[in-house]
Amino acid sequence: MAHSGINVLFEGTNFTRLLGGLWVTVKIAAVALILGLILGIVLGVLRTFKSRLLRLVLRLYLEFFRIVPTVVLLFLFYYILPKQMNFNLPADQLATLVFALWVGAEMSDIVRGALISVPKHQRESGLAIGLNRYQLYRYVLIPQAITLEIPATINLATRVIKTTSLLMLISVMDVINIGQQIIEANNHTHPTGVFWVYGLIFLFYFLIDYPLSWWAKRLEKRRLARANG
Amino acid sequence: MNSWAIIQQSLPMFEKGFVLTLWLSFIGIIGSIIVGLICSLLQYFKIPILHQIATVYVEISRNTPLLIQLFFLYYAFPVIGIKFGAQLCGIIGLIFLGGSYMAEGFTGGFNGVSKGQLESGKAIGLSQWQLARYVVFPQGFSLSVPAMAANIIFLIKETSIFTVIAIPELTNTALDLIGMYYRSNEYLFVLVVAYAIILIPLSIILTLLEKRVRYGSFGN
Repeated sequence: MAHSGINVLFEGTNFTRLLGGLWVTVKIAAVALILGLILGIVLGVLRTFKSRLLRLVLRLYLEFFRIVPTVVLLFLFYYILPKQMNFNLPADQLATLVFALWVGAEMSDIVRGALISVPKHQRESGLAIGLNRYQLYRYVLIPQAITLEIPATINLATRVIKTTSLLMLISVMDVINIGQQIIEANNHTHPTGVFWVYGLIFLFYFLIDYPLSWWAKRLEKRRLARANG
Repeated sequence: MNSWAIIQQSLPMFEKGFVLTLWLSFIGIIGSIIVGLICSLLQYFKIPILHQIATVYVEISRNTPLLIQLFFLYYAFPVIGIKFGAQLCGIIGLIFLGGSYMAEGFTGGFNGVSKGQLESGKAIGLSQWQLARYVVFPQGFSLSVPAMAANIIFLIKETSIFTVIAIPELTNTALDLIGMYYRSNEYLFVLVVAYAIILIPLSIILTLLEKRVRYGSFGN
């Protein structure tokens, strides 16, 4: 029984299995982010329009996704979609859908915030030279808003990646689920394996998220330095 | 049994979960604010060694998910001889996570104080401590209120993850009931309503608070 727990990581195909799980995690996060960003930009632009009804509906959408914890969102879709609407999706696609809708909600607020913080005279000058609404957004507001929203968007991406840890709850074979299987299978021979497996997963998440949040912070600092002169 | 009867029967259990969620959130938030404040002050005054430790802690905590932090505390720590009960693990985990978010909030507030203010302070001959006490902190704290508000809501929602180490808070109560009786619609409905009861009034209060303190940073 002189096995050290760390060996559990390298026995058989354990390490490649964990990497495979990580790939599932990253793939779901990436697809959800791309879909969510597109949805969020459209919704964010719509939220700056004048129609009260439209703004109310989109606001309710945002608040719903803000108030309900992501764990609960996952279970809502997991239980209710198949039962009420007879709409069956594999767990990983279901999770992608939930995350995309959630990212869309959060992103719509980021985009809206950035659009309304473009200085007013920019919008007015645009209107004064006779741009129509499409041109105003396309050439004046969106290009200026993008630089404002990039750090917040990257931070949102790190949140999505962290939130993928919840995938195991609806039995997606993500990195944590595979980690648990490895721990259980090797519990007799490597009782300290649990420490190393969870340690490695901890490290995986850190290695993905740290560079992203470092980048976001740097961009934000630069923006602040510019704004403060 | 009709849905309403199902819901009524489950209410006493949800009530327990509700109280536990509130209680764990409360301790977690207070603890996070204390840890966050300490870390941000260490970083602001650049206390040797300690501020590097604070920075490493903030980066590790912010860039890993609560779920794996909890697994580590709950399953991996006993292997090296450190054992906590589930609820204590939850609280420690939440403070470990929340501390860094709060620290970032405070630090963001301090950094948001405009350069003109700092330079004016120096120009009238304030010492470093006076500058912090009379210029940076009063403005910095009011600037950090929106981040604090967002973090408070965030931490309350994160308590739903406690379900993975079987703490009987709201989410765990609902999942348990679903497992036993398979009435997912009813229990999930109560669950969403319960979170709404906590979070909607709270977010309204926090928004009002933000509006009040925004005057503190006027003229920036």
